[in-house]
Amino acid sequence: MSAFSGLRRLDRRWIFLAVALLVVVPLALGVHIAPVAPTARARGFYDAIERVPAGSTVLLSGDYDPGTIAENYPMHLAAARQLMRRNIKIVGLALYPGGPPLTDQVLSIAGAEYGKKEGIDYVNLGYKAGNELVMSQMGSSIPRTFPVDRRGVPVSQIPVMRGIQNYANFPLLVNISAGYPGTKEWVQQVVSRYHLPMVAGVTAVSAPEYYPYLQAGQLKGLLGGMAGGAEYEVLVGKPALATRGMDAQSLAHIFIALMIILGNLAFLGEDKERRR
Amino acid sequence: MHLSPLPGVWIAALLTLGIYSFLYRDNPAYKFCEHLFVGISAGYWVVLTYFGTIKPNLVDPLAGGRLLLVIPLILSLFLFSRFFPKGDWLSRWPIAMVLGVYPALRITGFARGDLVQQVNGSILPFWVAGNPVASINNILLVVGLLATLVFFFFSTEHKGTIGGIAKVGIYFLMVSFGASYGYTVMARVSLLIGRVMFLLDNWLGVVRF
Amino acid sequence: MKRQVPFLITLVAGIFCLIGFFVPHPAVRTFYDEIQQWVIVVVGATYVLGVANLLRINLQQVSTRARDWPYKIVLLIGMLAMMAVGFTNGEHYLDSNSGFTWMYNTFYSPMTATMFSLLAFFIASAAFRAFRIRTFEALLLAIAAFILMIGRVPIGNAIHPAIPAAADWLMEIPQNAAKRGILIGAAIGVMATGIRLILGMERTYGGGGGGS
Repeated sequence: MSAFSGLRRLDRRWIFLAVALLVVVPLALGVHIAPVAPTARARGFYDAIERVPAGSTVLLSGDYDPGTIAENYPMHLAAARQLMRRNIKIVGLALYPGGPPLTDQVLSIAGAEYGKKEGIDYVNLGYKAGNELVMSQMGSSIPRTFPVDRRGVPVSQIPVMRGIQNYANFPLLVNISAGYPGTKEWVQQVVSRYHLPMVAGVTAVSAPEYYPYLQAGQLKGLLGGMAGGAEYEVLVGKPALATRGMDAQSLAHIFIALMIILGNLAFLGEDKERRR
Repeated sequence: MHLSPLPGVWIAALLTLGIYSFLYRDNPAYKFCEHLFVGISAGYWVVLTYFGTIKPNLVDPLAGGRLLLVIPLILSLFLFSRFFPKGDWLSRWPIAMVLGVYPALRITGFARGDLVQQVNGSILPFWVAGNPVASINNILLVVGLLATLVFFFFSTEHKGTIGGIAKVGIYFLMVSFGASYGYTVMARVSLLIGRVMFLLDNWLGVVRF
Repeated sequence: MKRQVPFLITLVAGIFCLIGFFVPHPAVRTFYDEIQQWVIVVVGATYVLGVANLLRINLQQVSTRARDWPYKIVLLIGMLAMMAVGFTNGEHYLDSNSGFTWMYNTFYSPMTATMFSLLAFFIASAAFRAFRIRTFEALLLAIAAFILMIGRVPIGNAIHPAIPAAADWLMEIPQNAAKRGILIGAAIGVMATGIRLILGMERTYGGGGGGS
């Protein structure tokens, strides 16, 4: 019984230390536990982009900020890479204030890899306040909602924006989302109303609530969290940050599962002692 | 180990460690980082909002002759009447406009995206020829959905048959909450992995990712 | 006047936005689009209002030497420095070599990411101290959580392919059913509340208090 009482008195800082070690050590030593196997949902995301005709222009919305950078940035970068590899032009935007610099980084990194130029092959429209109101107004007029890009250049002077009026000019919406505003609002305001095909890469916290949209056909593909990002990186052929993080993720998950079991054993012991 | 020569990376790393020091206990380093974070975030938001929204959607078009934009300009200024006790009633006007537009958007968005199309997606065949697994799955989906909806119907007491169906709904909800918990664990751990990658790669140069 | 005008504004704005959704006629759509463009600006102004309020409160706390007042100076310096650099950079504020971008990459991004990453430690601690399996429902929750936690990472597939398959089934069938029920229920609730707001039945924002 003293083992249980010892467990119950465990200082939580030991748990913090264990979590830190389980993440730092595998990453520092390059431990590899198991390969990443893409799921049907990640394949749906990948295939939806593969089906877009080369030369088209796709709307890529990076609705996240540095708070979820570890989950969303890898999938955002992988999506930009796949689009640019297929010579698909990108209109990027962000509905989170912290998003535009991340969109910029993603587009410029992928652009440099595939020889794409800002203004000609892609544009970053930047941030706009208003959440789903912005989505609604883009359905009427994108140039009116975003009169300039993030550099302050009028969209009428940007070659990649020529002919882009509203959602009818896009064959696909690729949304990378951390919460609100994000995938749910895009589905409600844009997919439902304008029937624009959409794929979404979301944080793991919000992924479960988008399965109904996937099953109902409102989403063509879904990436959930770092695991989803890793699967997508494997499909795109450029395993990167998300893939490298999955081994540490595996160990941490096992540890937390063990913590639940240990915590309940400690509680069981407390219950028995109290009854005695 | 190849330590970063960039001062920005060192500042970022020290701020990261300062915030993590909270895990040991609250301390002046953490308080400093916390307050700096709030201040930097607030300043960032103002700059983004000005260059992203106010300048391109108000200042420039107003200067270019779209005089109707005087209305949102006045409404925006009314917001700041909250700082003056005698005039704070004016701030309700712009809030009222926001409270008219957003519900309208949400009514139509939820109606179409979350109600009609979700019900549409739930109309599934209970028998899929040659595929008993799909048949069982479809039955479970529909039964689970109906049981969950019965659980949330609080106008009737959950007794007897209704109580039994609501109980089934609870079981489906518990599975869904467990799944959400599992995904939440994944999300939180991922964020830590991201920071550790920064410290090991960008700052200490111990490993390249 | 002070209470009636806001309700009238809400009613007109709300009704027009509802009608504009269904009626594509230019006479309706023009005002529908215009009013939404106005609200985009007003929402932007609310963010500035929030920051202005933060400035006012912290200046007050510094002047009255409130608790932790030296840290409030750090807050104010951070805020003003970020704004000064941003406005000085002008339209080039988001260029890769701008001072504003440097401050974003050095301060905003790492601190935001680190603050959120603290949750990883607390979720592990909470798993040990607070996750109690006392009922059948809690056991169901725990089993689902275990299957997901192991099934969604590569080690699950390495242990046995049935684990990720079970995780996928769990997400696509029982979890999906419950989430859909929540979605549909919430949709009905949002629609009802939205109509009440537009018609002025929710009066809390008008200062009167109490609905009818």
